[in-house]
Amino acid sequence: MANSNGYILKVSNLEVKIQNQVLLDHVNFNVEKGTTMAILGPNGAGKTVLLRTLLNRVPHTGTIDWTEEVKIGYVPQYVSTADIPMTVREFLSIGNGVDLESTLDKVRLTDKSILDKRLGVVSGGQLRRILIAWALNDNPNVLFLDEPTSGVDMDSEEPIYLMLNEFKKEHKITIFLITHNIHIVQEYADSLLALNKCVTYCGAAAKIIEPDIQRQIYGEPVCVETMRGER
Amino acid sequence: MSEVVIYSLVTAIFVGVSAGYLGSLMVLEKMALVGDALSHVALPGLAIGVLFNFDPLVGAFAFLFASAVIIWHIQRVTKISFEALVGAMFTFALALGILLMGNDLETLEEALFGDITQVTVYYMGAAVVISIVAVFLTKLIYKKLVLAMISEDLAIAKGINIAKTNLLYLFLVSLVVAIGIQIVGTLLVGFLVIVPAIAAKNLSGNMRKYSIYSAVFGAASAVPGILLANSLSLPPGPVVVVVGISIFAATVLINWRMKLTS
Repeated sequence: MANSNGYILKVSNLEVKIQNQVLLDHVNFNVEKGTTMAILGPNGAGKTVLLRTLLNRVPHTGTIDWTEEVKIGYVPQYVSTADIPMTVREFLSIGNGVDLESTLDKVRLTDKSILDKRLGVVSGGQLRRILIAWALNDNPNVLFLDEPTSGVDMDSEEPIYLMLNEFKKEHKITIFLITHNIHIVQEYADSLLALNKCVTYCGAAAKIIEPDIQRQIYGEPVCVETMRGER
Repeated sequence: MSEVVIYSLVTAIFVGVSAGYLGSLMVLEKMALVGDALSHVALPGLAIGVLFNFDPLVGAFAFLFASAVIIWHIQRVTKISFEALVGAMFTFALALGILLMGNDLETLEEALFGDITQVTVYYMGAAVVISIVAVFLTKLIYKKLVLAMISEDLAIAKGINIAKTNLLYLFLVSLVVAIGIQIVGTLLVGFLVIVPAIAAKNLSGNMRKYSIYSAVFGAASAVPGILLANSLSLPPGPVVVVVGISIFAATVLINWRMKLTS
């Protein structure tokens, strides 16, 4: 179990209510610095709401305690690029004076001619890598990834997570990863937060393969009392 | 060339550029019709200006901006679409304008169709200053607004205050639409924010070209339109629209040709 100095985030009694509808119900969890926490749950479970709340975008009660100054890079699930005449170069340059070619190297996009393509015409896998590159541009210490491989074929999915894993180790980044893929949770996450408005499981990610835990997550929602620092 | 024609041409260049440039964002936001409808909101403001003897354009701007803020606020609270709210607001404003101006058909016609022959040095100066300020400030927030169109989450993670940025943009659009009314009237001023931008979109592979072409096509519609109307003794507003639509038609053909040859 990590001591409290190792935590980058402590969340307690987090509640989000919008128009009398409870979206997050007494959510408690801690996240260790430099680890990946997978966030799992059915549609409408409050996963994206949680990330938005952590971004301070949603009115909430309870406490969100970042133990150090955080710079958050965000990869959203949906982006709307089809109708916008913007090139990859222009997109990556927004608010950044970085060397774009090395940015592309970071996300293993080797063909630099992609910089002059329109965002709306690149493939799903390329777009996800571009979004990750964008999120990494500011040298964040925390990454929020909301289904970062949605729309990506299975062959391209694994290399993206490998790349993120290397990045995490190299730069001690803490990653919050929303996914539906149990294999990805098992392989690439350290801890797991299962949500169904309340927390249905909070603990080690490796336990995801255990049938009891799966029942706990996917069966009738049973809210669990999470202990601080449970891993 | 008479003084009035020179004033109107200078006004047309600046208003064309600023309306085209700001309109390029409106088209991307899929709010093209908002730009059009918003312009009609100016009518009661013009009417009140005429009735109470102050500059109708001040009234027009006050109504435009107040409506934009009200619509922006209602949209945030109720989540009803911009288009629907603007639709409601503009028919109400049109009704109010006609009620206020009902007995003064000549003024109503001037407000609806514009009259650039009435442009004064004072008006030209105001149009130049407002256009420069609007383009400059829009340039500062242009990328932020585009980022928010791609994903609001991305923009917020980047520390952009979307609500404030949108409000500033609506304020600037209100200013530019208000000065555009004198050229083409409230009925047609929506043209200046929509058509140059969609023409530019046909020819642009990147954002820089898109925003520059939008501005250039705005001026390229307004200036020849006014010259042509002047030499043929036709009302300038509709001629400006016809010139702009011709440019748009040409870009459709060029776009089509580019796709065929690529």
